[in-house]
Amino acid sequence: MNRRNFLKLSAQSAIFTQLAPFFTAPAHAAGKKELRYIPEADLNILDPVWSTSTIVQVYGHLVFDTLYGFDKDYNVHPQMAEGHTVSDDKLQWTIKLRDGLQFHDGQPVLAKDCVASINRWGKRDFMGAALLGVVDTMTAVDDRTLQFKLKKPFPLLPMTLATSGSNMPAIMPERIAMTSPTEQIRESIGSGPYRFAKEQWVSGSKAVFEKFAGYKPRNDAFAPTYTAGPKIAHFEKIVWNIIPDASTAAAALQAGEIDMIEMVGADFLPVLKADPNIRLLPRTTPNFAVMRFNHLQPPFNNPTIRRALLKAFDQRAIMSGTFGEENKEFWQSGVGFFSPDSPMTTTIGLEAFTSPRDVKKAAEEIKAAGYNGERVVVLDPVDYPWTHPCTLLAADTLKKVGLNVDIQAMDWGTLMQRRLSKEPADKGGWNVFLTALSGMSNFNPVGHIGLRGNGNDAWVGWPTAPRLEELRQQWLDAPDVATQKKICEEIQKQALIDVPYIPLGGFATVSGYRNNLTDIQLQRPLFFTMTAKG
Amino acid sequence: MLSHIARRLLAALPVMAFVALFVFGLLYLAPGDPAAIMAGDQATAADIARIRIALKLDDPFPIRFGNWVWSLLHGDLGLSLFTNQPVAAMIVQRLEPTYLLMLMTLVVSVTLALPIGVIAAWKHNTASDRAVMVFAVLSFSVPSFVVGYLLAFVFGLQLRWLPVQGYVPMSNGLWPAVRSLILPAVALGSVYIGLLARITRATMLEVLAQDYVRTARAKGAEERKILFKHALKNCSVPIITTIGSGVALLIGGAIVTETVFAIPGLGRLTVDAILRRDYPVIQGVILLFSFMYVLVNLLVDMLYTVFDPRIRY
Repeated sequence: MNRRNFLKLSAQSAIFTQLAPFFTAPAHAAGKKELRYIPEADLNILDPVWSTSTIVQVYGHLVFDTLYGFDKDYNVHPQMAEGHTVSDDKLQWTIKLRDGLQFHDGQPVLAKDCVASINRWGKRDFMGAALLGVVDTMTAVDDRTLQFKLKKPFPLLPMTLATSGSNMPAIMPERIAMTSPTEQIRESIGSGPYRFAKEQWVSGSKAVFEKFAGYKPRNDAFAPTYTAGPKIAHFEKIVWNIIPDASTAAAALQAGEIDMIEMVGADFLPVLKADPNIRLLPRTTPNFAVMRFNHLQPPFNNPTIRRALLKAFDQRAIMSGTFGEENKEFWQSGVGFFSPDSPMTTTIGLEAFTSPRDVKKAAEEIKAAGYNGERVVVLDPVDYPWTHPCTLLAADTLKKVGLNVDIQAMDWGTLMQRRLSKEPADKGGWNVFLTALSGMSNFNPVGHIGLRGNGNDAWVGWPTAPRLEELRQQWLDAPDVATQKKICEEIQKQALIDVPYIPLGGFATVSGYRNNLTDIQLQRPLFFTMTAKG
Repeated sequence: MLSHIARRLLAALPVMAFVALFVFGLLYLAPGDPAAIMAGDQATAADIARIRIALKLDDPFPIRFGNWVWSLLHGDLGLSLFTNQPVAAMIVQRLEPTYLLMLMTLVVSVTLALPIGVIAAWKHNTASDRAVMVFAVLSFSVPSFVVGYLLAFVFGLQLRWLPVQGYVPMSNGLWPAVRSLILPAVALGSVYIGLLARITRATMLEVLAQDYVRTARAKGAEERKILFKHALKNCSVPIITTIGSGVALLIGGAIVTETVFAIPGLGRLTVDAILRRDYPVIQGVILLFSFMYVLVNLLVDMLYTVFDPRIRY
């Protein structure tokens, strides 16, 4: 080989070496020690006490821990707590912390951290506020013991400290928990099984969670289940890739570039269903589409008109039109005011949604109730895949019963501001908008914002429904689950009279994952059960 | 020349000040409330009001604008309302993928568009010319996100040659970074290729009809030399102008392309910030884009002197 050929060959080899990766498929997976996951939304807030958004709550359950947790049947179990004792008069609860609990900064978890954390959380959460309302004193007796002295018995105390689905009762170091409840915390230090790698965080793109070596899972006899049991970090690292485009996310899953998508777009369900390497998982706790009225402005300040509408709305047609008949295993109709998988769910009065629809009668009743052709402004958020079609379908029903409907298209950010207006529709107000209530928040009447009837202090729409408020308080004071269930039946009956909103059906978040993943938690993307093979 | 550059940079200051005022005013008037978005769907009006006060969103316009300008003059773009991260740090985090994407797009576009534009002019009114024109019209007409999805489907999903999404930072090696941006660069460049090819063809047609080209041919000069040395060089001013003004096109296109390919660049940052009304981030990014555009225009003016010695500043 002469010098010229040698140089030519060397150059070709170098070029080939450089180009080789170009023609090869990307590495299938970074190894089973790393999970690559696309969450349902971007993580841009790092305070699970401050924000109720699902993504922040999921982040919260990785990084933080709670004193109590729920199993899959929503029974309460101690989590950070070793256990508790209750005085005979039920007015004193003493909770002992597990040995060896540690924050991600290496400091031990102390009872004073729990006191500060519960105090801050109680100012943000409905259940927390209910608890603080009956607490006389809450003190750290010693490093591992905290004590509640109550003004009156509060049997829901462990359940309250296990709250999931709204603001998380996350335990954090006292110095962080002293942050004002109206401000976000600045540090992400919890005692959960994963540490948030803030230095690798690119908001809008990537969030990384690393296994926390100092976490000691519980020694319960049962397997980890929902937020209870031994939380075992099977993956060394969990990487959240934020991919807002549903098509790109589905393609990335099919190409094996990621392992799991939390929320598959409805359009891509058939494609992924047909892929032998992909499995679909409808989450067991559905979301509920609701049509919320502005109770301060006509025509929906008239309860007769709201009640008449119950006859016209067809949950099945709306769910089918929104999510597709081909995806019917992922949505449900005939749902009432409580999540069907909640222990509080009831079938009382459900015929209001399941009996044959009668648009004509609804129209007659609305007319008889004095409807004068007032303009009904329907806020239509066009940037959410399901809300836009669902809003159009709901607006169509409103038109069919003779209402003068004005659909106003906008993005979700604008809607969030617009719906705060209590003014009449012609002064920048509104009459109707659609949103989803998460299943977990519909579990009981305390966390259920849609059922609040406390007027100006209620969720947007501001219904005044004193009987609903009275029943809510009775539920809080109820001595046992049987009584609570009975009260929830009454609440559902009363809700059909006050009609604070109209439930339009339930739909599951459908996750998609590569078939090498096993033991996936059914309720929520909590990663303590999941493992990967191969 | 240096004094010209200094003058131009000084002239950019009032432009930037106007952009700052315009953007701030526009955001102030735009509907939407970051406090409502931040508080979440289930928040009460009282919760939102508390957040507004904590974030000082209730302050009057002059106070908010004054505070922002004061911080800006001290080199501080503020903190993101949502993440509490410094806006400058968030922007720096996103510069690399966007700049590399824009650079690759420019390289891909210029490398492809100039030769096909020249060939189309050279083979004027032939099948090659028409083929180039059809290609140019198509690439100019099909939105870059459609091209992106098609490329991802073919080269990512079917052939598995290239990743369908994501960006590998240059700290992991130049080639992995470039590889992750090939499809986005082609998708983003598709519009640009069409535009540049058409401009090149039109300008070349004009130049090729001139006397000195005929003289060069009469002297027996090589056709390749005539096209690329004599003619193309004299077409450079309009082509460079198009490349320069096309940077604005790239900035707009990057927003869509980065969303389709899940690239953590400035485009994604802009979209996310707008959707959640993260005012400090939007203001910071738009100021940066404006400054970039001013700089590119300056660079284009400087390049004129390189390609056309008759131009002097």
